[in-house]
Amino acid sequence: MSAVLAVEVPYWGQSLLRVLGGLVAVLLPAGTIVYLFLFKMMSFMQSRLGPMEAGPYGSLQLVAEVGKWMQKEDLAPENADRTIFKMAPLVVLVSTFLLVAVIPFGPDAYFTNFAVGVFFGLAVSSISVLGILIAGWASANKYSLLGGLRAAGQLIAYELPLVLATLGVVIQAESMNFQEIVVAQNTGAIFGFEWLGNPFIFTQFIGFLIFMIAVQAELTQAPFDMPIAESELVSGYMTEYSGFRFLIFFIAEFATAGIFALIASLLFLGGWGVPFVWFDWNSLDDVSWWMNLVGPLIMLTKMLLLTFIIMWVRFSYPRFREDQLQTFAWKVLIPLSLANIGITAILKVAV
Amino acid sequence: MPKVPGLIKGLGVTLGTLGKTVTEGAATVQYPHEKEAPPVRARGVIALHEGNCTACMLCARSCPDWCIYIEGHKQLAPPRRAGGKPRQVNHLDRFDIDYALCMYCGICVEVCPFDALFWSPEYEYSEPRIADLLHDKDKLGEWMETVPEAPALEAGAQSK
Repeated sequence: MSAVLAVEVPYWGQSLLRVLGGLVAVLLPAGTIVYLFLFKMMSFMQSRLGPMEAGPYGSLQLVAEVGKWMQKEDLAPENADRTIFKMAPLVVLVSTFLLVAVIPFGPDAYFTNFAVGVFFGLAVSSISVLGILIAGWASANKYSLLGGLRAAGQLIAYELPLVLATLGVVIQAESMNFQEIVVAQNTGAIFGFEWLGNPFIFTQFIGFLIFMIAVQAELTQAPFDMPIAESELVSGYMTEYSGFRFLIFFIAEFATAGIFALIASLLFLGGWGVPFVWFDWNSLDDVSWWMNLVGPLIMLTKMLLLTFIIMWVRFSYPRFREDQLQTFAWKVLIPLSLANIGITAILKVAV
Repeated sequence: MPKVPGLIKGLGVTLGTLGKTVTEGAATVQYPHEKEAPPVRARGVIALHEGNCTACMLCARSCPDWCIYIEGHKQLAPPRRAGGKPRQVNHLDRFDIDYALCMYCGICVEVCPFDALFWSPEYEYSEPRIADLLHDKDKLGEWMETVPEAPALEAGAQSK
């Protein structure tokens, strides 16, 4: 990142840039998703217009909402475990920020270039489970506790298909580094046809489906929103939270949606790259510097496309029952993803 | 997998509604900017035709939540025919409806034997102070202007 503008940036400057970049990478997708999909698309799908008063077409509604939440009182129940209760939303948000650290947006535009980025990403994404669980536990409220336990059970159950679906991609790309996965997709070829590269959505289509379903459940979006099922549990683990801390839960939910969409686009849609054949590039070093500017835009487009699908499913389907949710994960998704790994491995060795 | 077509159909419904809202507009109305026209026979507010009221109290007695207040006194009116005895009539002093209490059941309109009460579709009369929702007979009389024309009588019906 230091070499983006061919200027030597001191270490503190690099750190500052990384923090600012991280904030942008977390808050920009969250804001876009909330306004574009949660406010507008959901309203249109219900034949209404959504917020129209704050700013042109209600575009400043989010600012108004944030302002409203910021001025509300920061309440904590009398019997709550206060320290942990107040810490829980931050733990969830930390998981989001750690996730964004491994996502590359261009050949040089990354925060860190882990050799095992996929492993790190999947590992830190489960920190949010801890935050949700301690939020439910510390609230001293039976609805919160039930919601927290449901969330823990659900997130652990769907972590597995998520990891197993990713493994197919890792086997095919022969790397756990996000950059190398992107390069593998953009330099590859399907049946000798090089023009489109080889986005793994074609060869790993089952893996992509399993990944998106598991992401839907990881984000606790409908039809997998049992942890915050409002007709059963008020608002699950978020019941006792108000004001600023509720806002953090809310931001984390939609920022994580955006970041999982970014990870899915890296793993299955070719990430920030364009097929290298277009510009006669052969490896990562050949890629032109302007991809650092175009890459984030490509990533944003792919993220919007994938979050559109996530939100579309969310607004269309009713909620699963709790036992159906577990059955679906353990009896359908996990065997399917294991079979996917097996077939991918056999084909990788044989072909 | 018999369930898959239903799942895809569900996605189609929401996407179809999205497209329809974008092209044809929403089913909702942006209320303070454009006013929704209620149906002609909507129960918005009750209007009083004071000349027809005889202060018979039927409406006040039939009101389930006692939101109608009527006061009147007897007085003498000139005779109908020359040389006759002066008639005794009820004069209406006060006729109030408390819309903070009214539940819009319409029994008073139904029960009135002299066609003094009417439904009007007007609905914008909320007040910052709850006491202002007590409409007196002058205000109830003003609502008469908003009462729609009565529907035409059926063929063969008798009219006075």
